[in-house]
Amino acid sequence: MKILIPSALHSYTGGARAEADGATLAEVLTDLDRRHPGVRFRMIDEQGRIRRHIRFFAGGVQVFDLGQALDPAGELIIVQALSGG
Amino acid sequence: MAQHTVLLVATRKGAWLFHADAGRRQWRVDGPHFLGHSIHHLMLDPRDGRTLLAAARTGHLGPTLFRSTDFGRSWQEAARPPAFAPAPAGQPGRAVDHTFWLTPGHASEPDVWYAGTSPQGLFRSDDGGDTWAPASTINDDPQYRAWMGSVQDGTPNGPKLHSIIVDPRDPAHLYIAMSGGGVHESTDRGHSFRPLVGGMQVVDGFDPADITFHDPHCVRLCPSNPDRLYQQNHCGIYRLDRPSDTWLRIGRNMPAAVGDIGFPMVVHPRDADCAWVFPMDGTDVWPRTSPDGKPAVYGTRDAGASWQRLDQGLPAGQAWWTVKRQAMSADSHDPVGLYFGTSSGELWMSRDEGRQWECLARHLPEIYALETAWRSAA
Repeated sequence: MKILIPSALHSYTGGARAEADGATLAEVLTDLDRRHPGVRFRMIDEQGRIRRHIRFFAGGVQVFDLGQALDPAGELIIVQALSGG
Repeated sequence: MAQHTVLLVATRKGAWLFHADAGRRQWRVDGPHFLGHSIHHLMLDPRDGRTLLAAARTGHLGPTLFRSTDFGRSWQEAARPPAFAPAPAGQPGRAVDHTFWLTPGHASEPDVWYAGTSPQGLFRSDDGGDTWAPASTINDDPQYRAWMGSVQDGTPNGPKLHSIIVDPRDPAHLYIAMSGGGVHESTDRGHSFRPLVGGMQVVDGFDPADITFHDPHCVRLCPSNPDRLYQQNHCGIYRLDRPSDTWLRIGRNMPAAVGDIGFPMVVHPRDADCAWVFPMDGTDVWPRTSPDGKPAVYGTRDAGASWQRLDQGLPAGQAWWTVKRQAMSADSHDPVGLYFGTSSGELWMSRDEGRQWECLARHLPEIYALETAWRSAA
């Protein structure tokens, strides 16, 4: 599926657009990490939790569960919510 | 071949390298590296003189480490940064918020590095910093976890494992310190530790027998006498001469109006009776600024029996700095050069062991850490 990457992660993907395959958010992120090593750990911690300021949206709806099924024809949007100065 | 001092400056918004000429008169600035990334520590590997490790946290992304093998010309991200082991099913696990402290391993183990994290964890790399694994049973030991306390018990930026020291005589002999959680010693390469808090005081009203109340800010081992350690603690300045396991509060000999609270601790590279601190205001609400707005380094040349104020060239007033625990360092020149970085982004230096100070840089981001390194120059 198509993935929109936030600017803070362009150093891994080389730009705003990336692709990865998988039936769930977890599988898509695993495949994304295979293609762009290291990118998953910046978003998901070692206990499998989504990091505090990372947001995933699929079909315009926020995804909170790594096990949630995703539409391979859809687009995954990854957002890094900023706060602080 | 001449050896030139290089300052490795880690800040809240990136890293800078300041390269000195032979006389430490002219400085060439190299940076920013990692602009916008919080760099908690930047360390040179003294075993090869060219490998740098940088502990980074980027905005709100997870933590990582970057490695350079050409003194900062290019950087590669660690393939596997420090991370705690997955928790057993149904139990809450810990996640590394950031790597706080980096220590190169023993001279006889050229690819070994140690890392201390927030929250408290000890990690080790056996391949020069590319891949990391938990290094110690303390990361998951119930007793140690209790001593580490919760996130709320640590510093405002999270509880930390710091001051990782490898005995230059024995790669299996390590010291670590935790804020909070005390000072600890290992004789098995960090696999296990035991507390080393005898003589250390805690905040009034609490029990010093409870390890969790101990808050060492910075511990240093004297290169010229590895049986001597100095410590700047939340509750005073201490010295420990092994094999004793009882710290002596040498900060009692500081002027009462200044006190003996602070963050950094610096030792002389060749004289174990000589050390320096940067006192801060630890009264009432703990402003953690220079006492009375008058910054000064204090030095001892008799192992803490007496202290001298060293403030020539520093502002005479209205300077409300903090110098963090990693942000003060010494080089190996004779006389020794001293350096510190401030919370307000100023870099100060002395070529004569603190007698005279001058400002080397202003307007940097908040300085988290400052290390001195050597670079060979033709």
